Amino acid sequence: MAMAALQQALAARIAGLDLPATGWLGPLRAEALARLSVQGLPGKRDEYWRYTDPAALNSATPPRASAFDSGGEAPVFDGIDRLKIVFVDGVFDAAASDDLALAGVEIDLLSRAMTADIHWAQGVYGRLEAAGQVPVNRPFAALNSAFAPEGVLIRVTGKAVKPISMIYHHKSDSSDAILHHCIKIETGADLTLLENGPAAARFNKVIEVDIADGGSFHHIRAQGRDHDRRAVTHVFARLAAKARFKSFTLTANGMLTRNEVVIDLQGSDSLAHVAGAALGDGAFHHDDTVFITHRAERCESRQVFKKVLKSGAVGVFQGKILVQQGAQKTDGYQLSQALLLDDDSQFLAKPELEIYADDVKCSHGSTTGAIDEEALFYLRARGVPRKTAESLLVLAFLAESIAEIDDAAIADDIRARLENWLARHDHSGAA
Amino acid sequence: MLKINNLHVKLEEEDKVILKGLTLHVPAGEVHAIMGPNGSGKSTLSYVLSGKGGYTVTAGSATLEGADLLEMEPEHRAAAGLFLAFQYPVEIPGVGNMTFLRTAVNAQRKTRGEPEMSAGEFLKVVRDKAKTLKIDAEMMKRPVNVGFSGGEKKRNEILQMAMLEPKMCILDETDSGLDVDAMKLVSDGVNALRAPGRSFLVITHYQRLLDHIKPDVVHIMADGRIIRTGGPELALEVEQNGYADILAQVQ
Repeated sequence: MAMAALQQALAARIAGLDLPATGWLGPLRAEALARLSVQGLPGKRDEYWRYTDPAALNSATPPRASAFDSGGEAPVFDGIDRLKIVFVDGVFDAAASDDLALAGVEIDLLSRAMTADIHWAQGVYGRLEAAGQVPVNRPFAALNSAFAPEGVLIRVTGKAVKPISMIYHHKSDSSDAILHHCIKIETGADLTLLENGPAAARFNKVIEVDIADGGSFHHIRAQGRDHDRRAVTHVFARLAAKARFKSFTLTANGMLTRNEVVIDLQGSDSLAHVAGAALGDGAFHHDDTVFITHRAERCESRQVFKKVLKSGAVGVFQGKILVQQGAQKTDGYQLSQALLLDDDSQFLAKPELEIYADDVKCSHGSTTGAIDEEALFYLRARGVPRKTAESLLVLAFLAESIAEIDDAAIADDIRARLENWLARHDHSGAA
Repeated sequence: MLKINNLHVKLEEEDKVILKGLTLHVPAGEVHAIMGPNGSGKSTLSYVLSGKGGYTVTAGSATLEGADLLEMEPEHRAAAGLFLAFQYPVEIPGVGNMTFLRTAVNAQRKTRGEPEMSAGEFLKVVRDKAKTLKIDAEMMKRPVNVGFSGGEKKRNEILQMAMLEPKMCILDETDSGLDVDAMKLVSDGVNALRAPGRSFLVITHYQRLLDHIKPDVVHIMADGRIIRTGGPELALEVEQNGYADILAQVQ
């Protein structure tokens, strides 16, 4: 496309969006808009968008997506004691939410806090996102920083006694939601964040997480079972020394999901684990794009992504570990695997390592395979029906990613969702 | 119990015929042994009876207590009482041995319309049986057969057999890869399961195993057929003279 056409496409994309440039947030939005203007929208020719078509994310209005009836299944995390913050099509729902009060935690809504002259979030909002724009452009994140009308600002000063849980309902067929959350984990503080739900017909979400020395952040999300929704999400994390970051995402269905995770290990002896389990049956496209930078000594990073695909579903993994000079004793691990339940599905993987330190341990592996017929027969020969046997084997395949969830009750909940999905989607294929 | 009549089997993918009119009857409560040279079709017989894919039955029949085995899915054959102790037990990473065993026991019970075993009851029974086979708690927690030694895998097969209480047990070269002590342990496990209502078909290359698991009848198999049937003395004859004499007599 010519330059003028690119500018036009961007202008059309952002024409309907407000730029509420007031208070401390004003300059930050202006900077984000400047970044976006330089970058423009991504096209299919962009290397970073080679496997995922951004058209539905670029369009001025979102493709329609009908709200999904999840049948009788209880919402995920229902049984977990948590502080609930509810959004409907990207709009905060005060009545459905709990009081935004939790010992050791400050919670603000972006829409309420942004008119103030100063705010702690000034040091986080758009800053981690901006840092994450090098060396790869992430225009949807810049767009989010510029225009997000709502989000939650969370500052954690102690050990949060229960998880904060963001619930994203999708009710309107044409909703186009943008949310931007900032989380600051102070020295030695600790928070678990739960997220669930599809949020909107089209959803753009950014979370920036700034973790100080010895701080700990645990993130578990389930992106909802809507078939038609499109989502692009970014998590930007910055870790000081001896900090901990763990994130697990369950994705079932969805026309388009692009989950980017960008982690910057700035302090020594820190740990960052990112994991995902994705299930796709039919017109489903799921993309995990991860970029982890090691800048300090003795940090550990681990990526474990597993995808179960059938009936034309497409899985994408782009994962990179960048080890900067001086990041000695780095321990980096990356695994991406797909289990194809029939011949129609595909998995596209681009694992990358780039290493400038000489005393590091880095490994990566990527595999694509079918259900192990020998194992299947062994189970059936012991009397286990085919469907049950296949479910056992699929769950076994996903086990290493679920193992990244620390809390046993949450892990059990996620495992139950996976079992339910498998039971609903008879995966014995055409045979 | 098990009746196989004139069974003809070929490989599904190629025109290789493996079983060429095999006939064999194992009455209830009896232990039959099948011996035979490599490539005679012994393992194929065990796979075809248990329902593994990749084979085509071109003629003949196989029934278990009158029910047509060949028409059933593998899991239904198992629920009907057929058990194959694998020559090479399969490793299943990510599936715990205990979970697997409990799923199998309850799946069979469900298929047969019997009540499922409670977790407590199951644990008590499995501990008891595992102990006699010298299978420790740690082995039960590990994924199915992953990291098990050859002997541990075979003991695990016998434990499954003891828990599932099948009527017709097929042991495919259960002695392969076992040292003398392990063979004794496995044989004791099998002998403890001998009962009037339970039959065994023991496939082996060596007389050695038959010193421990004493058969009522010994069959010699060659080129896809049973070519001779006799008492335990037939196994001794093979041990002393090899298969050459018997094969020569038949031809």
